[in-house]
Amino acid sequence: MTKSPEQLEHELKRRSKAAKLEIWGRVVSFTALIIIAAVVVAIIGFVASKGLATFTTNHVNLWSFLSGKDWNPSITDAHGKPEVGALSMIVGSFLITILSALVATPFAIGTAVFMNEISPGKGAKILQPVTELLVGIPSVVYGFIGLSVIVPFTRATFGGSGFGILSGTCVLFVMILPTVTSMSADALRAVPRYYREASLALGATQWQTIYKVVLRAATPGLMTAVVFGMARAFGEALAVQMVVGNAALMPHSLVDPAATLTSVLTTGIGNTVMGSLQNNALWSLALVLLVMSLVFNLIIRLIGRKGRLQ
Amino acid sequence: MNAKRQNKVAIGTLYGIAGLVVLILLALLGYILVSGVPQLSWHFLTAPAKAFTKGGGVGIQLFNSFYLLILAMLISFPIALGSAIYLYEYAKDNWVTNTVRTAIEILSSLPSVVVGLFGFLFFVVKLNMGFSILSGAFALTFFNLPLLTRSIEDSLRTIDPQQREGGLALGLSRWETITRVILPAAVPSILTGFILSAGRVFGEAAALIYTAGQSAPALNFADWNPFNISSPLNPMRPAETLAVHIWKINSEGIMPDAKAISSGASAVLVIAILLFNLAARYLGKRLYKRLTSA
Repeated sequence: MTKSPEQLEHELKRRSKAAKLEIWGRVVSFTALIIIAAVVVAIIGFVASKGLATFTTNHVNLWSFLSGKDWNPSITDAHGKPEVGALSMIVGSFLITILSALVATPFAIGTAVFMNEISPGKGAKILQPVTELLVGIPSVVYGFIGLSVIVPFTRATFGGSGFGILSGTCVLFVMILPTVTSMSADALRAVPRYYREASLALGATQWQTIYKVVLRAATPGLMTAVVFGMARAFGEALAVQMVVGNAALMPHSLVDPAATLTSVLTTGIGNTVMGSLQNNALWSLALVLLVMSLVFNLIIRLIGRKGRLQ
Repeated sequence: MNAKRQNKVAIGTLYGIAGLVVLILLALLGYILVSGVPQLSWHFLTAPAKAFTKGGGVGIQLFNSFYLLILAMLISFPIALGSAIYLYEYAKDNWVTNTVRTAIEILSSLPSVVVGLFGFLFFVVKLNMGFSILSGAFALTFFNLPLLTRSIEDSLRTIDPQQREGGLALGLSRWETITRVILPAAVPSILTGFILSAGRVFGEAAALIYTAGQSAPALNFADWNPFNISSPLNPMRPAETLAVHIWKINSEGIMPDAKAISSGASAVLVIAILLFNLAARYLGKRLYKRLTSA
């Protein structure tokens, strides 16, 4: 049976099965990517629109929100304005984040140096799996240990309730330590071997090599690790909420009950009515959290770019 | 102080720091296991929780944790796989790709409580799904997507480019090269990433307290019809997971043995994560041997 020219042309010109599959695959995988992008846009859009409602519908002044010290959204102050000053929580969050990063950084980088430079055999064999395992431990477990070990300890040592910034810092220190350690170790591992060899060949001691060559070369990576740890500490909710005391007051000492953005959010959202000022004010706190995580992201990018330029 | 002496002091200090860190980490693991393991029993792992009296278990919470984990991984794996394939194989280096990569990075750095609040706003309130397993599974998906996507893309990238060139040279399309050549070779490392991210999802709580809810209604384990309200499989029921349970009883629990239950539940979580880690290592190696006959 001979085919008509039209039929033949159709058969030759139509897409092969493989080409159809190719298009299908491309479309499906692209759709998956678009879903992720859409999720990010939706999260930012929803939280922003909710968080801005405090300022647009409830007419709270943005500046008084960021700098006010009194957090009591259900009552109004002498001027008839609701008391929604978030400064105490913002300060609490930053204080805990910075303190825990300050304590964790020397330990984390020291351990990473030990693992990579001093005892890459035996030391790394013990430390590597342990840090990897601890990165995966759920934050509520850290919070629970903080509650049953660290809080009673601070209570016995410094008096008071034991809840506060200090306990929060201790919990976050232990929590971000494995993360920062393993990221720092990655950064050190990326330093080429011949840097060390060249330095040692010049007669430098091991410490001089570590301090003047390896650490300098790995600086962008190490900074990324620390900022990443800070971002994690800033956004951590439950572990902090369990030990910080949840009193939205300006922290006067490290052992007084305080609050962070995340701790107020977790305890508050369920107890307020959607759409009310009390609820909107909480969403504004969530927005602050979101913006801060974008800022951390930006810092990490800038460090990365600077590292590439060098 | 001369250089040699300085060297000795510095190295000694580093030994001290590393020793201290090992001590802290081991004390942490030791504390969890020593205080938690004695609480574990068949009764503890299977009995429902009690609100006011002692002797409750974590059976329902444990089931909820696994059910949510499975649902979340079922939703997130195909999406993450598709995105990773597109980013690795098709994406050109232009502004669209860069924007999407930035978006993924942003999603991975968002605090999980923010992801949970979005889930609350969108699924629980807007779509009217209520506090339910499905809302929780979606929140966990969002939490998990960036990590899983990145780990799968890294796995794809570890495959020798020659494999890809070989596939294309045989006349396979890009899609066929990916699905027939690259993916099979990458399965072991994809599996490792999958299990490790499952471990993270398993212990997540902040994204769940306002999506899957904080209550665990009694379940009838004889009823497997997913449309019945007391059926364990019903995806629209509220479901408190193990991690949420630990948080809940420590912040507002009134049962007399809250501490013992938290210790036990923490130990269960940590042991589960430990098993996930071991399984990831073992299965990854085993599969690699089998698939590459190396």
